Amino acid sequence: MPVTQKLRNGAWRVVELITTPVVPADYLDVIAPLRNPHVLRARVEAVRPETDKAVTLVLRPGRNWQPAAPGQYVRLGVDVDGVRLWRAYSVSSAAGRADGLFTVTVNEVADGLVSSYLRKNARRGMLLTLDLPAGDFVLPERRPSKALFVTAGSGITPVMGMLRSAVHEMPDVVVVHSARTEDDVVFGSELRELNKQGRIRLIERHTRADGRLKAADLAELVPDLFERETWACGPGDMLDAITEHWADAGAEDRLHVERFRPTVLVAGDGGTAAFERSGIETEVAAGVTILDAGEAAGQLMPSGCRMGICFKCVLPMREGIVRDVRDGSVTTVTELDEPVLIQTCISAAAGPCRLDA
Amino acid sequence: MTTLQRKDVNPIAHLTPEDIEAIGVELDAIRDEFIAKRGETDANYIRKMIKIQRRLELSSRAVLLFSLFPPAWILGTVGLSISKILENMEIGHNILHGQYDFMRDPKIHSTTWEWDSASPAEQWKHSHNELHHKYTNVVGRDNDLGYGIMRVDEQQKWVPAHLGQPLYNFVNAIFFEYGIAAYDLELGRNLATKKRRNNPAFRARLAQVGRKIRKQMAKDYVIHPLLSVPVGLAFGNPLGAFLGTLSANAVASVVRNLWSHSVIMCGHFPNGVETFERTSITGETRGEWYLRQMLGSANISGSKLMHIMTGNLSHQIEHHLFPDLPASRYAEIAPKVRALFEKYELNYVTGPLPMQVASAWAKVFRLALPNREKANDIDHAVPPRRPEPAAV
Repeated sequence: MPVTQKLRNGAWRVVELITTPVVPADYLDVIAPLRNPHVLRARVEAVRPETDKAVTLVLRPGRNWQPAAPGQYVRLGVDVDGVRLWRAYSVSSAAGRADGLFTVTVNEVADGLVSSYLRKNARRGMLLTLDLPAGDFVLPERRPSKALFVTAGSGITPVMGMLRSAVHEMPDVVVVHSARTEDDVVFGSELRELNKQGRIRLIERHTRADGRLKAADLAELVPDLFERETWACGPGDMLDAITEHWADAGAEDRLHVERFRPTVLVAGDGGTAAFERSGIETEVAAGVTILDAGEAAGQLMPSGCRMGICFKCVLPMREGIVRDVRDGSVTTVTELDEPVLIQTCISAAAGPCRLDA
Repeated sequence: MTTLQRKDVNPIAHLTPEDIEAIGVELDAIRDEFIAKRGETDANYIRKMIKIQRRLELSSRAVLLFSLFPPAWILGTVGLSISKILENMEIGHNILHGQYDFMRDPKIHSTTWEWDSASPAEQWKHSHNELHHKYTNVVGRDNDLGYGIMRVDEQQKWVPAHLGQPLYNFVNAIFFEYGIAAYDLELGRNLATKKRRNNPAFRARLAQVGRKIRKQMAKDYVIHPLLSVPVGLAFGNPLGAFLGTLSANAVASVVRNLWSHSVIMCGHFPNGVETFERTSITGETRGEWYLRQMLGSANISGSKLMHIMTGNLSHQIEHHLFPDLPASRYAEIAPKVRALFEKYELNYVTGPLPMQVASAWAKVFRLALPNREKANDIDHAVPPRRPEPAAV
């Protein structure tokens, strides 16, 4: 083994010399972008409309992909107007598809840059960047004998993944789902079909007509509520109410919750710059650059031209919002994004910023 | 503000400090306009360029496996020369300027890109982006002016060694990538004293350049020639195949060097381009910085293909005003910039490549000799400097 390993390493070094200063995978990208072992990508194989506002993307993942457990989400890097933005989407397809494909279902949200871009622009052949599946909002190996799913809006997507994978392994399933109207129910016909076949008991709630579902209403709809292993996914306030309700009943260990992370960052004037590695944190007044503020606070800052030309002062921002002092343009990084390198010499804080320095 | 004041005709004597600041405001507005436009088109453009270049390189190198045969040698060498030029100019130079950092694609980013050149990207970014672009044409601060080996302005003191500068310039053109690497290392200065020679920071940078050059050389002059040996064996001439590919790679590198040297010389050397004094830039305002870029750069006129092959450095003026905007936009920006030059009666230096190259070379020859007349003394008829804002 060591000899072949050595030979293989040696051969690989020669291949790397052939392609220096870039790596062989960079040339491979030109021909087969899904074969790159270092950058996980996915190709859109098909786009299916679900409702007026939701589309399902059928994705072919690239090399080194690991299949998702039902209920998990993936982060997708989508180039929106040339800028790569990352968002998390639940996998909506059944686990272990023979063709190796998986689906995510994107529900357009108000002011949602990425969701509206995907709904309008996703086409067969489009390439997306991908991260491995993550999240512990999953079914246990031993399927529950009695299950309850409480979802609202696009909160149905991870649950759909679970149902498609394992509904036949669960004898007693109740799904309580709210959406604005009947037509807004994502996967509506499939859910109703499952209901008709008796595989699940579906309780649909249309908020425009019936009003919002309250946690207290659930007891009426599902009498044996707290005997059931429960998965809930939807907007934050709904989940807060449910969490409280289950805690009051002492049944919190039977409840599994998946939250949609709010990614709304609004630019203000000034903010805090936190340098995570040194632990230095400083208030940055409006119009002061992060470079100046960091130096004043005793942070060792890389610097160069100090006028936005040389890109030597860049630091990775993990999360936060900054404004370019030259043109006022705003850069936001959410915790779902990959860290973005910002030019500290021309960036003023426009809110709290976490920097990797 | 400048050595301009020593000239017979000061090209900015007619501008008031308010005019200069107004120019800055107008240029900022142009910048804002194109920052707002920046997006998918630019991302697609650079991705397309990278794709074209890599395909061209792969196919040229494949053809050169048969370099034993003259038609393959010629075709492969032409293809590889074009590929190397594209790689350095339209792709490498522009990505390393951070023009495509906005895409947030770690593969196409100024911090991760490495190019096909003897000079490691990191060192080049320091000497080029930081020093040259900040101190454009400031005698004594911008080493790009004559690359530290040539006299390119009447104001510089003449010494007999300058007699050889046409020769240095020619040699530099042939080995341009190594010249740039040496220049990034500030080799002349750093080898001068023992203390500087042994400075660990300098040693580390020297080692970095050494590693880069070794890899580059191994690729072009060992590995790829060896790859064509099997074809050579099949046709009974392995040595011919080896040397064929080696010579093709060498020629392609020299073609790229000559081309980029010519284009780059056209950026700041032709007649009509101004230089500035070291003391002139203390407390420089944004408007004054812009003005220095406008007067210190020269364009090359030509077709779209010409602009692509120069990495859009044919739009040197626009590049120096907006070094971080995607270069493929410079053609769109140019008419607006030119209109601004006209409005403020400034000299927009441009011309076809042969003319600009000739003009730059003429200067190299002319300044190899001492000045015929003594340089003018300082003309004190300078526009009054705006008073420094009172300290708060």
